[in-house]
Amino acid sequence: MPETLVTALDELTTAYETVKQDAAFWAEFDSLSRDYSGRPTPLYLAERLTNHCGGARIYLKREDLAHTGAHKINNALGQGLLARRMGKRRIIAETGAGQHGVAATAVCALLGLECIVYMGEEDIRRQSLNVFRMKLMGAEVRPVSAGSRTLKDAINEAMRDWVTNVRNSYYLLGSVVGPHPYPSMVRDFQSVIGKETREQILAKYKRLPDYIVACVGGGSNAIGIFYPFLNDKDVNLIGVEAAGGGLKTGFHAASLVSGSVGVLHGARSYVLQDDGGQIMETHSISAGLDYPGVGPEHSYLKDIHRATYVAVTDKEALDAFQLLCRTEGIPPAMEPAHAISYACQLARTLDKKQSIIVNLSGRGDKDMDIVIEALGLKS
Amino acid sequence: MSRIASVFRQTGHKGLIPYVTVGYPSIEDSLQVVPALAESGSDIVELGIPFSDPLADGATIQKASFNALKNGITPKLCLEVAQKLSRNIDIPLVFMSYFNPILNFGLDAFCSGCAESGVDGLIIPDLPPDEGSELENIAKKRNIDLIYLLAPTSSDERIKLVAERARGFIYLVSVTGVTGARASLPQELNPFIARVRKVARQPLCVGFGISTPEQAQQVAATADGVIVGSKIIQLLENDGITAVADFVKQLRQALDSGKQ
Repeated sequence: MPETLVTALDELTTAYETVKQDAAFWAEFDSLSRDYSGRPTPLYLAERLTNHCGGARIYLKREDLAHTGAHKINNALGQGLLARRMGKRRIIAETGAGQHGVAATAVCALLGLECIVYMGEEDIRRQSLNVFRMKLMGAEVRPVSAGSRTLKDAINEAMRDWVTNVRNSYYLLGSVVGPHPYPSMVRDFQSVIGKETREQILAKYKRLPDYIVACVGGGSNAIGIFYPFLNDKDVNLIGVEAAGGGLKTGFHAASLVSGSVGVLHGARSYVLQDDGGQIMETHSISAGLDYPGVGPEHSYLKDIHRATYVAVTDKEALDAFQLLCRTEGIPPAMEPAHAISYACQLARTLDKKQSIIVNLSGRGDKDMDIVIEALGLKS
Repeated sequence: MSRIASVFRQTGHKGLIPYVTVGYPSIEDSLQVVPALAESGSDIVELGIPFSDPLADGATIQKASFNALKNGITPKLCLEVAQKLSRNIDIPLVFMSYFNPILNFGLDAFCSGCAESGVDGLIIPDLPPDEGSELENIAKKRNIDLIYLLAPTSSDERIKLVAERARGFIYLVSVTGVTGARASLPQELNPFIARVRKVARQPLCVGFGISTPEQAQQVAATADGVIVGSKIIQLLENDGITAVADFVKQLRQALDSGKQ
């Protein structure tokens, strides 16, 4: 990390450590999570999907029903409250698919904070609905034309803004990536997903699931649902990355499955890089998975073999998108469509008594244009 | 005393450190411009290794980096360029690189490559001393100075940390911001230099935003040297090597006439 930001990161670490011990902070977080975000989100047994795939029961953790349409609201709310405590009224955020940008914008409107969102031009093109939503809620969306014009470049530009305006601005990073304390702080705010899931499955079925499956771009929804299960050794944790056009084609975003150790955005983790240590451009049908790095905690979970990471192609994810629409009447975001695809393949290999929980991290409304284009349909 | 530190040995002499991105606009340009910089009165030349994600850099150096990568520049090629240059010029060369290309190359292999190529120092803008021990120790063994940075936001504890660890000189970032030519210098610069001077014995060189002889002279009134990057790149792009050499001569003159 540049020296200019080190003091700001130290301040953030101290501020977060303080609120972490503050019951009043968490009471406000819990109260807004319930009344504003609509938590807890349901845990739903997808019977027709289960019957279609054949084998293990598939449950969906319905983060798509959270306010703004994805799990991103959990982290945005937590960090928004923290920024307000720190007296920072200018919020900077980056966004890939637009879901974090929308969540950050909503929280800024809620708390009366200024919001500037950096978004790659390529993502602005493919997620235009979310751009419109952000603008409606009062954010300034700044297009980023550098590099691959996607999430990685939006993070670079957000960090440049932060370096420049560090004294009055708060950087509301949207995933478990970047420098300390972001990976652990974002995990803490997202682990509400796993805590609820654990209580819900135990209350209803008196036993833990055999598998938890979640998609991984930066990895925030996955770590959020994995984290409260880390000590439950019988629960298998599976992260699903984007294989794009196929791992062998080089057109993908599977940092854990086929990357190597490097340093990106202030974190040492698996990254996609070339022989000269340059960060590579990534390719995925889903803007939210289009990132050449991954949260360092996922790299750790991979290295200690606590979690397994696999990859699913654009085409498989599209098939899963349609499958969930037809069997359950739920259009998933293209990101968790990757998780649905893998869960269905996995279910077939398992016994009917076994169970899989998929983190359905967001809803698919934002992806209609992409799906229409990819399937060659006319609206 | 390292070759870099000895630049500042003579009392009153102000260090002039221009920056160029290796391989931009072309490798041929790099091989020609660096000797011209040396002849025009530079004391050290900073060679930028291009990186895909230069988050401390503004638009000018981002563009130079992007195009250098398109020209196929790698850390290995940068070492080769440095080797050719160091055979023909006497002043020290330092590399400016983000950490990942060096990590990928191998810290040991990279530092021994630097030593063999006549590179005397390293500036890694995304590697603060808290994370720098490993590279620092390896570089030390090869007599390569790891030059740390300080920013106006650095706390007194961090200034102390850098003062204990930096070799060659300390790179003071003039503004809270990214690299790039600016119309005026920030008000907070002099108090910042004074704050570091109280604690550090190393020479203090200021970079980020310095783009005219007047600014250079103003900065050198309190600092030991100036680093000029984006302005040099812009001149190289638009006006060529002769214009760059003329500009560096003007900077030299401004620094020398500022001497009391």
